[in-house]
Amino acid sequence: MTDDAANVGGHRATDSRAITEGRLSARRIFAQFGTFAIFIVLVLLASTQSDVFLSERNIMNVLRQMSGIGIMAIGMLFVVLTRGIDLSVGSIAALGAVSSALLIQQYPLPVAIGMVVALGAICGAISGFLVAFLRLPAFVITLAMMTAARGFALILSNGQPVMPGADGAPLSAFGTSFTFGFPNPALLMFALFAVAFLVLNYSRFGRIVKAIGSNEEAVRLSGIAVSWHVMAVYVISGALASIAGILVTARSGVGSAQVGVAAELDVIAAVVIGGASLMGGRGGVINTFIGVMILGVIGNIMNLAGVPGYHQQVYLGVIIVAAVVMQHGTSFLRR
Amino acid sequence: MALVELDNITKSFSGIRALSGVNFALQAGEVHALVGENGAGKSTLMRVLGGEMRPDHGTVSINGEPVRLTGPIDAIRRGISIIHQEMALAPDLSVAENIFLGELPARIGWGELRRKARALINRLGFDIPPGALVSELSVAHQQVVEIAKALSREARVIVFDEPTAVLSMGDAQRLLDIIRNLRAEGVGIVYISHRLDEIFAISDRISVLKDGRNVDVVTPDKATVDDLIRMMVGRPLSQMFGEKPPTTIGDVLLKVTDLDLPNGVGGVSFELRKGEVVGLGGLVGSGRSEVARAIFGADPIRLGAIELHGKPFRPRNPKQAVARGVNLVPEDRKGQGIVLDMEIAKNMTMAKTGPVTTLGFFRAARERKVVDGLIQSLRVKLGHPSDPVSSLSGGNQQKIVLAKWFHSGGDVVLLDEPTRGVDVGAKTEIYSLIHRLAAEGKALLIISSEHAELFGLCDRVLVMGEGRLRGELRPDDYSEENLLTLSIGAAAQDRQEALA
Ligand SMILES: Nc1ncnc2c1ncn2[C@@H]1O[C@H](COP(=O)(O)OP(=O)(O)OP(=O)(O)O)[C@@H](O)[C@H]1O
Ligand SMILES: [Mg+2]
Repeated sequence: MTDDAANVGGHRATDSRAITEGRLSARRIFAQFGTFAIFIVLVLLASTQSDVFLSERNIMNVLRQMSGIGIMAIGMLFVVLTRGIDLSVGSIAALGAVSSALLIQQYPLPVAIGMVVALGAICGAISGFLVAFLRLPAFVITLAMMTAARGFALILSNGQPVMPGADGAPLSAFGTSFTFGFPNPALLMFALFAVAFLVLNYSRFGRIVKAIGSNEEAVRLSGIAVSWHVMAVYVISGALASIAGILVTARSGVGSAQVGVAAELDVIAAVVIGGASLMGGRGGVINTFIGVMILGVIGNIMNLAGVPGYHQQVYLGVIIVAAVVMQHGTSFLRR
Repeated sequence: MALVELDNITKSFSGIRALSGVNFALQAGEVHALVGENGAGKSTLMRVLGGEMRPDHGTVSINGEPVRLTGPIDAIRRGISIIHQEMALAPDLSVAENIFLGELPARIGWGELRRKARALINRLGFDIPPGALVSELSVAHQQVVEIAKALSREARVIVFDEPTAVLSMGDAQRLLDIIRNLRAEGVGIVYISHRLDEIFAISDRISVLKDGRNVDVVTPDKATVDDLIRMMVGRPLSQMFGEKPPTTIGDVLLKVTDLDLPNGVGGVSFELRKGEVVGLGGLVGSGRSEVARAIFGADPIRLGAIELHGKPFRPRNPKQAVARGVNLVPEDRKGQGIVLDMEIAKNMTMAKTGPVTTLGFFRAARERKVVDGLIQSLRVKLGHPSDPVSSLSGGNQQKIVLAKWFHSGGDVVLLDEPTRGVDVGAKTEIYSLIHRLAAEGKALLIISSEHAELFGLCDRVLVMGEGRLRGELRPDDYSEENLLTLSIGAAAQDRQEALA
């Protein structure tokens, strides 16, 4: 009986080491650290190709360039975890860029920013409501939002870049300066990734979001309001896309409706390179961050190496496939 | 010569041995039963036979020839068909498509396919429209489709991994008849079940596994149920259903009046009192699960009134039901009960996060304590609480669903097939937990196709038939026959009245 209880009544203390060792099987390591390994390989490769690559200036440049994509990737990760997709992030970013350039001319900076973020959140809420409560397909709904939000941005800006003039100075000052040696937009991205990490891994909300992507019905039958959680991830995605748009205005000093064209594709690519599954339930914040960095480094190396723009697109496509095969491919290579 | 022979099979998962040097042989025209506790390694052994898993060591021989199975398709081509414990159907395809999946002809003649599917299903004694989507079927009917799928392949070896766990007695009996026919045709059959009466009724030989090792191979005439249990569990079980501790039955907790559902279930009225364990019996498809789901807010209610603690209660979704203290252990654990890819611990605390969170964030130490407590009290066999539920054996997965709701701690607990796929030892544990909940003053409604379980456990048993509540059995009237008469007999009378 005592023997029995030791075996059945729970995990055995003496075994826990064996278990963790067992867990470090090649496949697990790959799933956990595959993205990171790809990143390291890329960085090593890049540093042999160009002396400039590892210079502080260049690194900071990449970080700044990727901050918008990174911030949107956080929202996309949440959406993708619920088995959804958000194609509207690039357009909402454009709306954010234009409306921030307009609103800072009339309101104090914090109020204007708050309004712009709220606008993005409302766009997300509309998509989220339709997807979560009316059960319409996310792909179609956010495709519609992608068109509508871009159109709205064009209307607001009259199709012309919006120059906030002197009123835009404080925002520009934020967007172009450095703190602790890092560009402010990159720091904002780091902060948001940190918050997302805590939320996804330690909060009830994060846990439910992940669970919804794996088995929505089981979550519903656990007495959890699935629809509200699904709607919330689109709100988060919209708000973050708006922030990404504000950062573009901050960096460039101009609010343009042409911001973020096709950005949703980069964002989805980053999330997928980071190992998230578009079938929901699988994906992590740190890996998504690395996915964003991989995307940035690839673009950067090719620029430094003088690869022509059109060629870059082809290589990028190939590299995305390679990264995803390395991420997911091990499961069918194993057979 | 054996039809198939598994020799010295060893298989580990992330450092844990699931099988250690197991031998198993199957002759043509024999029913060889495989029994053992949850997690003993039965399904894993069969996955090796089905080419779904490669053993770390050991050989698989077919007709005396060692083979190296490259995958499930290879095994199917060699005449080995497995009916899985965790069903593996495509929910959005029709019944007919599922049955012939993998061997669909290049040009599908739909009429032909449906005719064949219907013939197979009829042979099993069921009537399921071959055009229906699998996702619309009850779990029992899904199981029938699984079985039809295996039969369609004209296999020489068929493995039944707990096929009757979701079937009612009558349906299970019919399945056993079919198995006898297959045996007569010279098919070799492996039969896995936790229902030992079935094992004795059908098998020619019984292999017992414990902790991934062979214990013994016996013939049913040379062993008793108690012998088998002793071999499986390692100790004799004193009393299957235990004693219900003296419990005072108190006020009415839940009162259902003239419940009417859009899916044809109607006229259901009953009461559950504090401290009461009430059974809900009847055939599969008689509307038992539907009633439970409606009370839980999972399905809409058309008409009727429910009162909880004397106040009106009309849940529009499970969240409202859980908030008012109504819990449901659903019948389909894989689809509705657990999040397979999620950690065991997280599944357990999912339905009630309050005690283990502060401001929406989890407190690791507190959660760990709750989870450890649940693992102990339900004797879950697992590697580590942070492993995914998918790494557990079927019966242990069921215990995770139970753990989730025991933790949630509602006043009214609806249990739909709570011991599905659970081994004898663990069943007694679950029964004593049910008694404990009743003693704490909760009201329990238990749906089970294992009628002996209802009789052993419940203070009274409500009987349903064809979507209607037909009546109630008191302990003095407990018998299989009375239950069936209430359920079917009344239905037959109805039909006669309708004709007249
Ligand atoms: N994919 C897997 N990954 C990790 N561990 C696994 C996996 N599959 C099975 N196991 C472990 O192997 C052991 C045997 O499991 P198996 O499913 O064969 O049990 P079983 O005898 O069929 O039990 P049950 O009666 O509950 O169905 C269990 O301890 C289980 O946790
Ligand atoms: Mg099993």
